[in-house]
Amino acid sequence: MQVAIPSVLQSYTNGARVVAANGATVAALLADLDARYPGIRFRMINEADALRPHVRIFVNREAVTDLGRPLAPSDAVVIVQALSGG
Amino acid sequence: MLARVDRHIGEVTMSETTVPPGSRAFEPMPVSLDVRNVEPLSLAGLTVVVATKKGVFYLTAAPGRARFTLLGPSFLGHIVHHAVVDPRDRRTLLVALRTGHLGPTVFRSTDFGASWREASKPPAFAKPKDARKSVAVEQVFWLTPGHADEPGAWYAGTSPEGLFRTEDGGDTWQGVAGWNDHPKWIEWTGDMSQRNPDGSPIHSILIDPRDAKHMYFGTGSAGVFETTDQGASWKLLNTGMLSPTGPDPHPEFGYDPHCMQLHPRAPDLLYQQNHCGIYRMHRPDARWVRIGDNMPRDVGDIGFPIALHPRDPQTAWVFPMDGTDVWPRTCPGGRPAVYRTRDGGESWTRLDAGFPARAWYTVLRQSMAVDAEPTVGVYLGTTNGEVWGSVDEGERWTCLAAHLPHVYSVEVADFST
Repeated sequence: MQVAIPSVLQSYTNGARVVAANGATVAALLADLDARYPGIRFRMINEADALRPHVRIFVNREAVTDLGRPLAPSDAVVIVQALSGG
Repeated sequence: MLARVDRHIGEVTMSETTVPPGSRAFEPMPVSLDVRNVEPLSLAGLTVVVATKKGVFYLTAAPGRARFTLLGPSFLGHIVHHAVVDPRDRRTLLVALRTGHLGPTVFRSTDFGASWREASKPPAFAKPKDARKSVAVEQVFWLTPGHADEPGAWYAGTSPEGLFRTEDGGDTWQGVAGWNDHPKWIEWTGDMSQRNPDGSPIHSILIDPRDAKHMYFGTGSAGVFETTDQGASWKLLNTGMLSPTGPDPHPEFGYDPHCMQLHPRAPDLLYQQNHCGIYRMHRPDARWVRIGDNMPRDVGDIGFPIALHPRDPQTAWVFPMDGTDVWPRTCPGGRPAVYRTRDGGESWTRLDAGFPARAWYTVLRQSMAVDAEPTVGVYLGTTNGEVWGSVDEGERWTCLAAHLPHVYSVEVADFST
């Protein structure tokens, strides 16, 4: 499936704004992304398996917080990184 | 095609994500955040490395230190807590940074800052055995090169208080289990809700130049720790200090050593700028002696940094701050000055020549450093983005750079090959 990558993480994908990755769940998708682009998962998920602040994952426009959410091959995933602070 | 996401939630602006049609071929890429140097960079000679809230800047000295040239930044827009040059090869730099909301990491350069590569395994806590300790590294706060006999080894101190070690020059980091998994870790590091606004880090990781297994570090929640088995076990070293918290001024732990230094040529001698004064300890004694009582009463002995003369164990510099009532954390009276002792803290001399008559800033714990020239240069960075230097051991000060971001650390390196 297609995964949209936020601009701050596109250095991991060599500038690609959309990449292909697979997974039966969001967690599996992120693991597959990390296998293809090493290090990218840790920028979204910390070592306690929690989403980092201001990282949002949308599946077909639905905000997802449960990394166990099932995915279908036709799903469209958008990862969004908020920017805040001075 | 997926929808463009562009929304505002209060003051949080979501970044733009526009998805073009089609997919791209899979091409594994090297790990890297976008940390390009703003301009091509290859450091040489005596250099003051300045880590700031918005990146790393460099002040390179002309021969004789008559002039400093500002270079950089690297890592523009990234929060950099510490940037340290490896004294063992004088060409490797490690940088501890936090990248917006993307969490903490470490970058390294082995070519005088010309190119950078992210750690493939940044410092991160192991999965907790104790459910109460479900923590994640929020900041990599402190970096210390390992012992001279251990090339490639470095230590990192984090917030919350984690200790990590690399043996491959900063590429992969492992937790020091003797500390991170210590049965008293939660007791020593305290309730997460009581942490400092910017976190409570491990700092001042000091390695005995005579013995790689003998180390110290400080924390803002418990105090000073010592190991003689390279981190397998730790003991407190707090006797003599004053505690800022609780009704007992001398508890077993609960101290706040802001910055601790070990003299490289007299490694039994420790100095410390504490939340509650300036202290010295001469091992094997295990009692801190408050040498800040010898500071002028109207200035006090509160502050963050302390720097030591590279050759004379009796000479040290501090930058006092206002620690009265609500702790303004500015220069006492708005009059910036460095204080220097030449006699191990028995007496202190005010050094303010060159500083403005009035200024309201602080120098943080990593933001004062010295060079190793015959007449020692002393350098400090301020919270309002200035870097000041003295090439005569503090007698006269010059503003070397202004209008930088909030300075988090100042280190001095000699990149001479």
